[in-house]
Amino acid sequence: MDDTQDLQNVQIELAMLAETVFRKYGYDFRDYSEAHLRRRIKHAMQKLNAPSISALQHEILYDKACFDLVLKELSINVTEMFRDPSFYRLLREEIIPTLKTYPFVKIWHAGCASGEEVYSMAILLKEEGLYDKAQIYATDFNARVLQQAKEAIFPIELIKEYTANYIAAGGRQDFSDYYTAAYDSIILSKSLRERIVFSDHNLATDTVFGEMHMVICRNVMIYFNQELQDRVVKLFADSLCYRGILCLGSKESLKFNANAALFEAISETEKVYKKTGRQ
Amino acid sequence: MHSSYQAIVVGTSAGGFNASQALLSGLAADLNAAVIVVQHLPKQANDSMISLLNEVSQLPVKEAEEKEPIRPGIVYLCPPDYHLLIEADRTFALSADPKVNYSRPSIDVLFESAAEVYRARLVGVVLTGANADGSAGLKIIKQYGGLAIVQDPGDAAYPEMPQAALDAVEVDTILPLAKIAGKLNSLIVATGKDHE
Repeated sequence: MDDTQDLQNVQIELAMLAETVFRKYGYDFRDYSEAHLRRRIKHAMQKLNAPSISALQHEILYDKACFDLVLKELSINVTEMFRDPSFYRLLREEIIPTLKTYPFVKIWHAGCASGEEVYSMAILLKEEGLYDKAQIYATDFNARVLQQAKEAIFPIELIKEYTANYIAAGGRQDFSDYYTAAYDSIILSKSLRERIVFSDHNLATDTVFGEMHMVICRNVMIYFNQELQDRVVKLFADSLCYRGILCLGSKESLKFNANAALFEAISETEKVYKKTGRQ
Repeated sequence: MHSSYQAIVVGTSAGGFNASQALLSGLAADLNAAVIVVQHLPKQANDSMISLLNEVSQLPVKEAEEKEPIRPGIVYLCPPDYHLLIEADRTFALSADPKVNYSRPSIDVLFESAAEVYRARLVGVVLTGANADGSAGLKIIKQYGGLAIVQDPGDAAYPEMPQAALDAVEVDTILPLAKIAGKLNSLIVATGKDHE
């Protein structure tokens, strides 16, 4: 058995599947992290009983329902409200006071998934008196999760964790002020949704859509390969005003990024950067 | 002739800090393989653990970073609250995917991903722990021709995890913790020196 060749064959099959998805359906996973694709495609193969990646590729090409399932598998994204409380504490204490000096603030949550972190931001802005002069754009390429995000309904069993995160993030009220519980779910208050615009945007294929004061993109780029990460960081730089803020996930960094020079770290620990380079 | 091993993946949970300390302190300074450790830890788990492990290990110990190239002779710890994956180009990828076996990081996720890349050149080690994470991953390591080593459950602070691995997989070696580092040293030194 030639190990190197077996691995190469998997790589070729994955690339061809991604090419098929792109040409046929327009979703671009060609520059996703290969390790990530390998794992997700393997799951899809198990669910659809496909004997090989190539067999799955064939099914995707001829069967839209099969593609829909694979797309769902490729876009699972889990997060939580106030994930990494220390990050939200830093926003509250150091970033928002600066943002308050602007007459109006535009914030972009890129890859917002089901919206937990967007609503965390809305709560933070409210408590810090910035909400009424802010506009939040929350985007994702997946229409299904965007719809979920819009609905602002979350399973009740997560509330304990969210509440603990909220308190650790320096929350000023009772977390229960922000939601209504019904059966096994909670729905967030309508006022939290007022200043959020949800829309479809694909970081792999779409471009700048406005000038932002802050971009939040946490644990999204870890799913991309280096080339796509480089492009997306450039897209964020192009979207941000001078001294605009870029927030990444706590284990993401600009360390290996080709466009790192456009940013300066505000906090290396929390991965908060400001744009200092001018193009 | 056995192919040389390029990486060692280690999974441990409850009791894992002491076990990792014991294992790493026994690894040879010239070990010619990457050592990648997944330990179930609370989210806040920190740099202090890395510095404590650095005190006892002859090999440098660091947290695995996203997109970082994997090098022999270095011990990488999986960051808390992320799964760790291995790219075909031998760099790390992190994933915020749902928990597997109620865990993130999950040992199974790393073992499977590493097996797909390193294939027969991988050693999987399951140490003390109070759940069954790691068994499925160890099985996949075996399927790809890698080597499976499990801590003797009778010797483990928490026997459930090594026992679950033994129940699920036909392992190559069962050893008390104190002998695992020596075994790894001899495996890597014996076959690894003349390869990349």
